[in-house]
Amino acid sequence: MSDKITNILMVGVGGQGTLLASEVLSETLMQAGFDVKKSEIHGMSQRGGSVVSHVRFGKEVHSPIIPEGDADIILGFELLETYRYLPLLKKGGRVVANDLRINPSVVSTGGEKYPEGIANKLRQLVPDCIILDGLKLATEAGNPKAANTVLIGALSKQLNVDEKYWLAAIGKMVPKKALDVNLRAFQLGRSV
Amino acid sequence: MKEILSGNEAIARGAYEAGVRVASAYPGTPSTEILENIIQYKEIDASWAPNEKVALEVGIGASFGGGRALVTMKHVGVNVAADPLFTLSYTGVRGGLVLVTADDPEMHSSQNEQDNRNYAKFAKVPMLEPADSQECKDFTRLAFELSEQFDTPVMLRTTTRTSHGKSVVTLAEPVTGLPAPRLERNAAKLVMLPANARRRHPFVEERTIKMGEFGNDLAVNRLELRDTTTGVITAGISYQYVREVLPEASVLKLGMVWPLPQKLIREFAGKVQKLYVVEELDPFIEEQVRAMGIAVIGKEIIPICGELTPGILRRAFNRPEPAVTTVEKLPGRPPNMCAGCPHRGIFYTLNQLKAYVTGDIGCYTLGFFPPLNAMDTCVCMGASIGNATGITKVLSAEERQKVVAVIGDSTFLHSGITGLLDMVYNKAPATLIILDNRITAMTGRQENPASGFTLMGEETFQVDLPQLVKTLGVRHVQIVDPYDLAESKRILQEEMARPEPSVVITQRPCVLIKRAGVFESGEPLEVKIELCSGCKACMKLGCPAIVWQAGEGGKGKATIDPLLCTGCNVCEQVCKLSAIGEKQ
Ligand SMILES: Cc1ncc(C[n+]2csc(CCOP(=O)(O)OP(=O)(O)O)c2C)c(N)n1
Repeated sequence: MSDKITNILMVGVGGQGTLLASEVLSETLMQAGFDVKKSEIHGMSQRGGSVVSHVRFGKEVHSPIIPEGDADIILGFELLETYRYLPLLKKGGRVVANDLRINPSVVSTGGEKYPEGIANKLRQLVPDCIILDGLKLATEAGNPKAANTVLIGALSKQLNVDEKYWLAAIGKMVPKKALDVNLRAFQLGRSV
Repeated sequence: MKEILSGNEAIARGAYEAGVRVASAYPGTPSTEILENIIQYKEIDASWAPNEKVALEVGIGASFGGGRALVTMKHVGVNVAADPLFTLSYTGVRGGLVLVTADDPEMHSSQNEQDNRNYAKFAKVPMLEPADSQECKDFTRLAFELSEQFDTPVMLRTTTRTSHGKSVVTLAEPVTGLPAPRLERNAAKLVMLPANARRRHPFVEERTIKMGEFGNDLAVNRLELRDTTTGVITAGISYQYVREVLPEASVLKLGMVWPLPQKLIREFAGKVQKLYVVEELDPFIEEQVRAMGIAVIGKEIIPICGELTPGILRRAFNRPEPAVTTVEKLPGRPPNMCAGCPHRGIFYTLNQLKAYVTGDIGCYTLGFFPPLNAMDTCVCMGASIGNATGITKVLSAEERQKVVAVIGDSTFLHSGITGLLDMVYNKAPATLIILDNRITAMTGRQENPASGFTLMGEETFQVDLPQLVKTLGVRHVQIVDPYDLAESKRILQEEMARPEPSVVITQRPCVLIKRAGVFESGEPLEVKIELCSGCKACMKLGCPAIVWQAGEGGKGKATIDPLLCTGCNVCEQVCKLSAIGEKQ
């Protein structure tokens, strides 16, 4: 195993299942034999705030948070949040983003505006960025709530980790009755 | 067996492996998940106490009975538990006792960022500080051994990044052969009246010296010699950042941050050309190293406020920083009360009445934010009531009427009862609102004595708040439905005008309570768009379910998100045009 550490930043809005997705990711990586560290802040963020999860893996990981400007991949569950965290992305890093807009309270109340054209800005700043409609694919898989697993599927294509570890981790972390839907959602994300 | 665990899960596991019999705590971020996870180990009697002082006293009792006890709290909780802690240092233990203090540098969810390493020195008890989840587990086990070996409580300090960060942990089997708890009298050690305490104090001083010496050979105080141009003394999460940013530097990693291993520090200082201390918050280790007469660089380059990051260390040590993309200023995502939150209507009313609100800590502290803007002070748990009493003492009769204290059910039972007793006893004419949502919501919905359930989910006596308040001597107690704005306003006006202590209790459960029969969501409401004039009266509630749709020429209309709306009907009451109502 090389000494290289891979850094994945997952960002979204409270209630989107970002944290569950980061659990699946870190479980997958541990099963695949990597040292893994993950860091996130719960607390106030649960009440509609932004949610950020740092996942780092490799031979030996020290800091649980990604050094500024060192993220290899940003997996974004919402457009504004994806864009907000671009300063953490490495030059030449990749972005996989959900094409979804969730208004912050300061926008719903009419006080501030949701920035227009974020998807285009992302495409400009990160040339091979992938933007997918997680909600649509999850609905296709059988439940709009599985959008987080669609995104995990799309992320899995970007990492060189055997598919069996992903499937095992999803099997372990997702409740039995939702498993089929989530496995379908994973495959739909993986084939984007 | 390997598992990926948070620091909190690992501490729970470590307690199980250490044969802990009793675990007691009061919730507080980032410590809460330790007890929430410990309940999977059926061997442990785990419970929520009403506050941290009681939690520690319960732990002390278990220790005096000969069982191992774990007590956990957030950093400010130790302020509440400080009284028993300082004397526990004198009595020492029978069964091992470990007190976890979960500090919160950066104040992700706290009102201050005090550095509780100072408590270890102040109370003269040893403190261990883990740097990842494996160490969280291992240090918990070690802490119990040290506690019994040296007859002392041991503090285990985590910070938000170690508590909530996850990393790979190798599990071990629980210890066996611990002595069975039983009564054993030893008054000279456990009854701390002056004659006995005077004999215990020299023991405490000797213990600190002995443990400092012991620390020179303790495996968790680890010398890592690499390039000797730069040497760094560090501990806890800061160690990880040092390894990340200065991989070639020599490091003295301290697992025990009090008392310090002086011989080891001298040895390390003698081996490196330039010595640094990298630590979050206070110059705690740095000051000790300086006091030993050793030249060291610390807070000259490492910030004293907030948490550290690899980026901060890069800048402090002039390491190259990557070029980054910058983005323009974007709308933030501040936290907000949930749609249907029973606190919202009360704060809307307090704003309308222009009350001066002495606040407290809980979800209702969000009543401070616009558009509710209805909180004027917030100091610590329970402070709202004493603050209200005090402020009425200096105001004119007219201004006094504006003073209203607000407090949640869990906070009232934590440290508000004595404040209210004082308000009655000393005849302060303030009004207190107890926001009873039947749960400790802020920290993730823990049970409390007013919820009727224990941590284990067993039914138990549910304290009757109106009865309790009356027993304390409050003569004017009114119950209101916070979803009824007109009634809330009428009752609040009445009680604010009364030149006597009075209490208003709101009774509506938190919308996030999952147990059947507590919170029932109603039908979502809708805006009849043809009736909406765009006056924005409903926007003053700050409800996340009410969404403003901008229209032509600056005119817009309100809409309601049916997925978020719980049908609490509060917005229907503020709409003068009857544009909001049930779906037709
Ligand atoms: C001494 C201390 N212990 C714990 C905490 C963490 N904490 C903040 S608010 C709170 C309780 C909130 O419950 P409640 O008063 O019922 O209000 P709610 O959030 O339910 O509205 C807790 C445990 C703290 N800030 N200070």
